[in-house]
Amino acid sequence: MPGSVAEQADWTGHVARIRDAADQAAFAELFLHFAPRVKAFLMRSGANETLAEECAQEVMATLWHKAHMFDPTRASVATWVFTIARNRKVDMLRKQRRPEPEDLPWGPEPEPEQAEVMARQQESERLAGALATLPEKQRALVEAAYFGDLSHSEIAATTGLPLGTIKSRLRLALDRLRHEMKGVTR
Amino acid sequence: MSVRHRIPDEILAEYAAGDLAEAFGLVVASHVSLCTESRERLEEIEAVGGAILEDVEAEPMGAGSLEATLAKIADGPPPEAPLTFSSTDAGTYILPKPIRDYIGGDVESVKWRSVGMGVKQAILPTSPEATARLLYIPAGCEMPDHGHRGMEMTVVLQGAFLDGEDRFGRGDVEVADEDLAHMPVADVGEDCICLAAADAPLRFSGLLPRLFQPFLKI
Ligand SMILES: [Zn+2]
Ligand SMILES: [Zn+2]
Repeated sequence: MPGSVAEQADWTGHVARIRDAADQAAFAELFLHFAPRVKAFLMRSGANETLAEECAQEVMATLWHKAHMFDPTRASVATWVFTIARNRKVDMLRKQRRPEPEDLPWGPEPEPEQAEVMARQQESERLAGALATLPEKQRALVEAAYFGDLSHSEIAATTGLPLGTIKSRLRLALDRLRHEMKGVTR
Repeated sequence: MSVRHRIPDEILAEYAAGDLAEAFGLVVASHVSLCTESRERLEEIEAVGGAILEDVEAEPMGAGSLEATLAKIADGPPPEAPLTFSSTDAGTYILPKPIRDYIGGDVESVKWRSVGMGVKQAILPTSPEATARLLYIPAGCEMPDHGHRGMEMTVVLQGAFLDGEDRFGRGDVEVADEDLAHMPVADVGEDCICLAAADAPLRFSGLLPRLFQPFLKI
């Protein structure tokens, strides 16, 4: 079920219900699905369990407060949650400021273009498929790059592979994922 | 345009994952603010993060965590950082917004320090793993010939610089590492302003720049 188009369409609806009706039941379902994943992400990034639990709660509270900022034509709910969790990690674990790109002057529209929302959902679907078929070595590397408190040179040190190899493998994997996500045959 | 003018995917991934040192993050955020194509690539690379989040082995939340979260929500949102600048008139600024946030204004607010030969610099306060400096290089002026002990990323904000065969204009990024020794030259026509981030002191080939090194703090 997770990752299916039907469920993701539903997650988008859940965020809309939080935004429009402060719907606690919708929030509870999102919480059940995403909070344990955010907690896992933070623990793999080096947080102990207590801290990860606390921060996962904060990330989910942020999701509630920023529901009006979510734009389903630009990202899936999973991607949006990932970016909120990532920002919390930089702030809390790395204790750094995170420079963010300038926001484009567009904001979420009151009635998002359904075709665009569907296109994003199909991309997420294709991406999940591509991730599942990635060769094991590439897949492990992609996971370590996103999840885990390792810079690429630290990954190189722990795997014993040259940094150049790490970078080119990761670049290949990302290139493949991005192309399959866009439905571009290569 | 050569691919050297863009930020490689694996660096965007480090930024997307929140693992890139703040100074390099500032270069990435500045470049993405000026380059629509890289903004799209970054969004795709963040989508990979979302797909991995969907797929990860979940870690059960503690008992009563939902109730605790709802209580946090009832306490209201955390205070938002005040927005210092309107983001609607990006074209009227030289420094992109991520840098203006560090300076507290545009170029006229930068506290430059002269480092000789007309070159000026300002070091921005970032985390210590890497240094971010704004550089002001008069048109046609050479930067000292140097190699690198780590990574150096430079984004051009005004004017352009030439490095061998390559020309880097506003928004373009040059990524240099141990394998590259170079001598960037500001293009004639306009003084060049760029943001350079490096995670190790540069290695100078000539004697004179080496003497200057402690003073330049590079
Ligand atoms: Zn180019
Ligand atoms: Zn250099």
